[in-house]
Parts: sequence; structure tokens; C-alpha cells
Amino acid sequence: MTDNGDAAPLVQLEHVNKYFGALHVLKDINLTVSRGEVLVVIGPSGGGKSTLCRTINRLETIDDGAIIFDGEPLPEEGRALARLRSEVGMVFQSFNLFAHKSIRENVTLGPTKVRRKARDAADKRAMELLERVGIAAQADKYPAQLSGGQQQRVAIARALAMDPKMILFDEPTSALDPEMVQEVLDVMIGLARDGMTMMVVTHEMGFARRAANRVVFMADGQVVEENTPDEFFTNAQTDRAKDFLSKILTH
Amino acid sequence: MDELIEYGPELFSGFTKNLLLSVLIAFFSLAVGTILAAMRVSPTPVLRAAGTTYVNVLRNTPLTLVLAFCYLGLSDTLGLIFSTEVPLTNSFWLAVLGMSAYTAAFVCEALRAGVNTVPMGQAEAARAIGLTFFQSVRLVIFPQAFRAVIAPLGSVLIAMIKNTTVVAAAGYTVDVAAVMRETFDTTGVSIPIFIGIVLAFLAVVLPIGWYTGWLSRRLAVAR
Repeated sequence: MTDNGDAAPLVQLEHVNKYFGALHVLKDINLTVSRGEVLVVIGPSGGGKSTLCRTINRLETIDDGAIIFDGEPLPEEGRALARLRSEVGMVFQSFNLFAHKSIRENVTLGPTKVRRKARDAADKRAMELLERVGIAAQADKYPAQLSGGQQQRVAIARALAMDPKMILFDEPTSALDPEMVQEVLDVMIGLARDGMTMMVVTHEMGFARRAANRVVFMADGQVVEENTPDEFFTNAQTDRAKDFLSKILTH
Repeated sequence: MDELIEYGPELFSGFTKNLLLSVLIAFFSLAVGTILAAMRVSPTPVLRAAGTTYVNVLRNTPLTLVLAFCYLGLSDTLGLIFSTEVPLTNSFWLAVLGMSAYTAAFVCEALRAGVNTVPMGQAEAARAIGLTFFQSVRLVIFPQAFRAVIAPLGSVLIAMIKNTTVVAAAGYTVDVAAVMRETFDTTGVSIPIFIGIVLAFLAVVLPIGWYTGWLSRRLAVAR
């Protein structure tokens, strides 16, 4: 999927720095995401993974450096920023489905209000997407009536409805009961197979092994190591990564 | 009891004016209060500061003073006149203006409390699909905020309805309280008239309390 190495990368982070007050959460990050690539970001909590993910659609601003998306620097605010965000899907740890809207309306809100798509066409597409993630039967229910796994699959459908150029996944399975993790990962693996560009912050090593093209290991605000999943999991180069892996892969 | 029956029609006519005022003020204060709340949660510092200043000034000024200012300041001195022929029409709209401006500050604060009940993630998800700030407020944040504060908004409306009895301060001297005072001037204080007016207000206000309570349970957003 990453064979077309000549094409310009979809996302480019150059010397990105970010502080939360005195805390230096992103330290000189340089990273690219190619079109069609599935990039998995792993690492200990508090290492800056989620923050990194959230800078790409500017839910977090950066203090220094540059982020280039699809050849253009990220707009700072206003309509241009809204347009960029409509091209970058996002799936949150806590789902964040619109609580006052039905499942179907959650999926059609963006297409009708941002893309100005006709209601009928948006509904039709929403049902196709809900079908794809296996929630079509629940289309008229409200988010609180669904299980966590179902809500997260709806959130993926909501992101897909915008026909995004990439999707950011910010710990999509961390808030789920264990038996619901797989149903969400299955949908994500399906997306990866279909060639969606994805950046996935996760603790699911199984997903990283199965679906990732590349693994980025982050700790203390830095990209410590970058490699293919096979290489990373069997032959980590840095002590920090070896230490992390020894703690999570033993059981 | 005889006074209440004798002056009943005039008092009732006064009371209908309180009701008309209430309906208009409810409409304008909800509209303006919503705009103020949007300003106070907006990312633009100038809008936020303007909204905050407005609310602090209007909410902390006694209502009779606001109305007197509309009457003597805005209308007499600055020449804001709604009707040159009929002074009562002029003061009617001055009362609507003053009370809407005053009540809007309370609506804004109730609504802002509602905004605080909406989880941060809702706004992030709204922005993440490409909604602009005002779209996300209109389509995602406020609909949930309103549902959370229907009961407190009911209290604001109830207070406003009762406040319509001081509109004489704006020169509108034909509402039920003004008619009552006039009646007392001719007949002496009449307990039945007092009670009659209280019951009339109860008949309007109590159902509003019940209805908003019921509505807030019915429309509650499940999380």
C-alpha cells in the first residue's frame, strides 16, 4: 500500500513542538503519513500520542513547526480550517456521538450541513455506511441506547460519511468493554484493507501487527522509534521500546 | 368581595396587558439571550467581552431602574419614540424593550449553565466533521444545552411574568398592578382584589412551572 513512494505524502509534520504550560508534550516531531498508509502510534500513556493525533486536524494547536496536509499548511482558523477538518475524519476514545440525534442523523449531519448534500442522498449513503459497520438495524435509535462497540462503529460511519482523505483514530478501543474491542477492530481492519489512510493511536498490538504498514513508538513527547510492525515487535532497536514491549507482551 | 366584582372587568383588562407583555418579552428575551450566550461561549475575545459586559450590567441593575432609564433616558432625553400619537403605545414598547433587555441577561446565564452540561467531546466531534463554530453551536451544543435548562428557563420566564407588574416605571400605567393601585385610591385597600390578582397570576404561572418540569424530563438527553 505504500509502494507509490514518489507521490507526495498526505501528511507531513516538520519540527513540531507543543507545550502544555511548562510541559513539553511534543518535542521536535518529524513524521510523514503516505496516502493509503496505516500508521499505528503506540507508547506509554502521557507520551504525547493523542496530542500528536489531535494536532493533525488542529483540535490541538502547535507552538512551533509546520504541519502540511495534502500539500497545504494547516489553516489556522475559520472556514478554511472547517474545510480541512471535513477532509480528515476523527474517531474518539469516548465516541462522542451527538447525544440528541439519532444514529442516522449522526451520520448525515456532516454531509447535509458541511457538504450541502441533499437529504435523500445523505440518508441513502448513511444507510450504506451503517450497513457496512453492521448497525443499519439501529439507525433510528439514539446513541445512549447502543453498546460502546456499536457507538464506536457508528462513529466510524460518521467519519466515513464525509469521504475523508484520512481518518484519525484516537485510542478507539480504550473505552470499550473487552468483548466489544474486536468488532471495532474488525471494521478498522476492513478500512485498512480498502486503502484508507489511517493514523491509529492504540494499545492494541494485535491490530498493529495485522493492519499497520508502519509503527511509530512515542515516549516522553518524542518519536523514539519508527519501523515496520514485524521489525518493531521482534527486533526493537531502542531500550525504551524494548522496555515498553517487555511490559505489554509478556501476558 | 363587591369591589372585586365591580372592578373585575378593568382589572382583567389590565391583566391581559400583563399577559401580552409577557408573551412579547418571552419571545425577545429568549432570542436575545440565545445570541448573548453564543457570544459568551464564542472563541472571539471581543464578542465574549461584549456579552459579559452586557450581562453584568443588565443583571445587576434593578429592573425599575432599567425601565425608568428606557422611559426617561432613552425616550424623553435621547428621543427613542415608538409612537408619537399614543403615549401609552410608546411606553408599552419601552416596557417591552427594557424588560426584554433585562430578562435576556438571565436567559443568557441559564443557557450558559446548560452549555456547561454538554461534554467537551460533543463540541470536538462537531468541529471534527467540519462544522463551523456557529454551526456547531446551533446544531450540536445549544440543542443539548436548551434541553438541560428547560426548568431553569421556566423559572426565568416565571420571574419575568411577575416582573411585568412594575412596568409603570416605564410609563405604562394600565397593567393590572397599576389598575389595582388606582382602584385602591378610590375604594381603599381591598383584600379580595389582592387575592383575585394573585390567583390570576397563579393560574398562569403554575402551569408553566409544571409544563417546563414535564418537558425537561421528556426531552432530557440520555448520555
